[in-house]
Amino acid sequence: MKNINILRPLAVFLGLSLAVPATAKTYDITVDKIRIDTGSFKKTGIGYNGSQTPTVLRFREGEEVTIRVHNNLRESTSIHWHGLILPYQEDGVPGISFKGIAPGETFTYRFPIKQAGTYWFHSHSGFQEPEGAYGAIVITPKRGEAVRADRDYVVQFTDKHPHSGSRIFRNLKASADYYNRSQRTAQDLIKDAKAEGLIAALKDRKMWGAMRMMPTDVEDVQGFTALINGASTKQNWTGLFKPGEKVRLRLINSSANAYFDVRVPGLKMTVVQADGNDVKPVTVDELRIAVAETYDVIVQPRERKAYSIIGESMGRTAMVRGTLAPSAGMVGPSFPLRPKPRLTMADMSGMMSGMDHSGDKMGTADMAGMDHSGMGHSGSDMKPANDMPGMDHSGHDMGGKSMAGMSGMSGMSGMAGMAGAGQASSKGKMRSPSFYAPGSGLIPTAANGGKFLGYEDLAARKPLYRDRPATREIEIRLTGNMERYIWSINGKKYQDAEPIRLKYGERVRFKFVNETMMAHPMHLHGMWTILDTGKGAYNPAKHTVSIAPGTTVYTETEVDAAGQWAFHCHLAYHMSSGMFRKVIVEGGPA
Amino acid sequence: MSGTKPKGMNGMKQLIIGMLVGLVAAPAAMADVGVPPTVWSFRTEKLEYRLGKKENSLAWDFDARVGGDEYRLVWKSEGLRILGGGFAELNNELRFQKPISAFFDTFVGVAASTPDGEPQRYYGSLGVTGLAPQWFEVEGALYVSKFPYIRARADYRALITNRLILTPEVVLTMPLADDPARGIAAGGASAELGLRLGYDLIDRSVAPYIGLNYKRSFGGTAKLVRASGGSVGELTGVLGVNFFF
Repeated sequence: MKNINILRPLAVFLGLSLAVPATAKTYDITVDKIRIDTGSFKKTGIGYNGSQTPTVLRFREGEEVTIRVHNNLRESTSIHWHGLILPYQEDGVPGISFKGIAPGETFTYRFPIKQAGTYWFHSHSGFQEPEGAYGAIVITPKRGEAVRADRDYVVQFTDKHPHSGSRIFRNLKASADYYNRSQRTAQDLIKDAKAEGLIAALKDRKMWGAMRMMPTDVEDVQGFTALINGASTKQNWTGLFKPGEKVRLRLINSSANAYFDVRVPGLKMTVVQADGNDVKPVTVDELRIAVAETYDVIVQPRERKAYSIIGESMGRTAMVRGTLAPSAGMVGPSFPLRPKPRLTMADMSGMMSGMDHSGDKMGTADMAGMDHSGMGHSGSDMKPANDMPGMDHSGHDMGGKSMAGMSGMSGMSGMAGMAGAGQASSKGKMRSPSFYAPGSGLIPTAANGGKFLGYEDLAARKPLYRDRPATREIEIRLTGNMERYIWSINGKKYQDAEPIRLKYGERVRFKFVNETMMAHPMHLHGMWTILDTGKGAYNPAKHTVSIAPGTTVYTETEVDAAGQWAFHCHLAYHMSSGMFRKVIVEGGPA
Repeated sequence: MSGTKPKGMNGMKQLIIGMLVGLVAAPAAMADVGVPPTVWSFRTEKLEYRLGKKENSLAWDFDARVGGDEYRLVWKSEGLRILGGGFAELNNELRFQKPISAFFDTFVGVAASTPDGEPQRYYGSLGVTGLAPQWFEVEGALYVSKFPYIRARADYRALITNRLILTPEVVLTMPLADDPARGIAAGGASAELGLRLGYDLIDRSVAPYIGLNYKRSFGGTAKLVRASGGSVGELTGVLGVNFFF
């Protein structure tokens, strides 16, 4: 530090920069039709550079990159740089940032790398991403990693399904439970009757039946093989270490549909980064990675043995194991799947409150009475929705309200793990920001009974922005009709909705209200999503935030990127069915 | 179609198939991001061999659909062919279906009933179909012509396991006018009860099943059946396989 302080004025004086000169490197990517082999099935898919092993792009903060993407497919493609801050024309969303990359065309992306961390990239066309069109991005910080490690591995998860993306979508539309092979059966009824009595078991069936909802509706699409870096458990992706070394694992969830609960049995994981931004290190036993999120964790294996990296899908329908080993060819231990979670009435609470004020929950475009027009999607200046008549979600989102009241408070980390643990019943009383509905069936617990990471644990290492009050609040109600497999925002599908208009230079507060019974990883392109975990300036900046069923979550965004951007649920089949918006930033540098 | 006018069953079939093929082929190009592509499906409810006391027969009940969230075009077909005989039943219907609530669609359509040895009947159809509370698939429709009738249908899929599924079904038909040429009397209802046990062999695409099917006519219609020497009730064992694509 001292040296730099002395040298810097000198350097300036000499007209030199001490920083690494901004290099302009060129990267080439081909988009290819490939055969994918998971060890349990083979299928035709898409791969970058001809491989089912995801391509890793390694950039340096400050460099100016030129990426030439050559499309060898017979259909148009695109690449979106997930989480990168760049000019909107380089963002890679057909119809919003550019017109796509035609078959045979080489498209050249050019943008400066203004950040560091772990990100990823993927096609934003059709169902190409579920077909395999994804890769990883690792950006080395200018001044080196804040937390050093001896080894550095990308651990990129996906949920590879034997069916093509378009077939999955078609099947879900024809029958929303097509892939749900975890439904409650007559046998479950007998089991439940024994456990809780026949009347109680029947009452429970009746209650769910009345709503025509399934408590087993945790993962829309089951029957996939989970992969780490393109390798199934059988194919056993392996990262090497020497005992005692610190190993940085860059966890990325590139799944179409599945959240993963990730652990390295026998080791603590120290989370040092979330969605590319360093966080205050927090040591956990297990974490849940929503679709499209990234977490960097440090593990320190001390024994000369094989450790397993376990990714278990949230619905407990699939698991993948990779290995950390002192030498090649070793295989980490296997673990059985844990029991399948079931949704509870708490997970339905958002739906019920949604019904209260919308009448019929069609989810289709032509439904009057539920559209709340002008609320957010039109971007009209809106006061906090709590004041609006008829909008009171009476108690269901107390979590949200009390959370709002608590923003700016620090020292919340001690309350970690309490989220949704039941304290919520005290209406309006202070409690930890809750990212699961109290009593939710989705609240995770660590396999070893230890610490499970929650959003409430995340605090920025260094704030990206100074804290200031938001200029306005925009309500984003996550809505849908499971039976018809229609997913929407504020009751409207993308094609029927006006864009969300933001003003350059403002700071908007998004109020996400999940009125469905599924978790939605919401992703805003081009600008950071600062998740309100009650830590004020130290709220973590993310690119993807999972909104659990029946919860209200607040985020803030500094509108500092001109142009037009995509904003959507990152579950591939939710996005395709319409849970998507265009965001237009008005004003700002041209 | 080369200008041929749809005539009778074959013409109708050609017309329907042509429309469906056209609709499926048209939106083959990639949809915009965030905009759901048009989807299609083909699904049989029944495709079975029926073992009766007097005779054996083949029966089917399928629908092919194409469309989006706002509307759907559905071709429904039901038939019963006596082995060594002709079509005892042959019904085809083309529906334009539109959601009216979270779980229900309404539809209007045209239907043709063209069995062998009986006069052909054409109807305009109007009805509601969807998922009732407690997971009952239900449908009610009015078929309008000189010989109108009402039809109601319900089924339930009981999961013994996630792949072994028992499906009871009931179909009621209530004629509103006499159709003596077809042996139907106003108010003389007919009912069909089914119980099928299927196993999802490959995804939900292929599901073989066994079961029972019972048909019975009532009232004036039953009288006409008796008068012509037929039996009022008929129980058959069924052996079939369902497809869902």
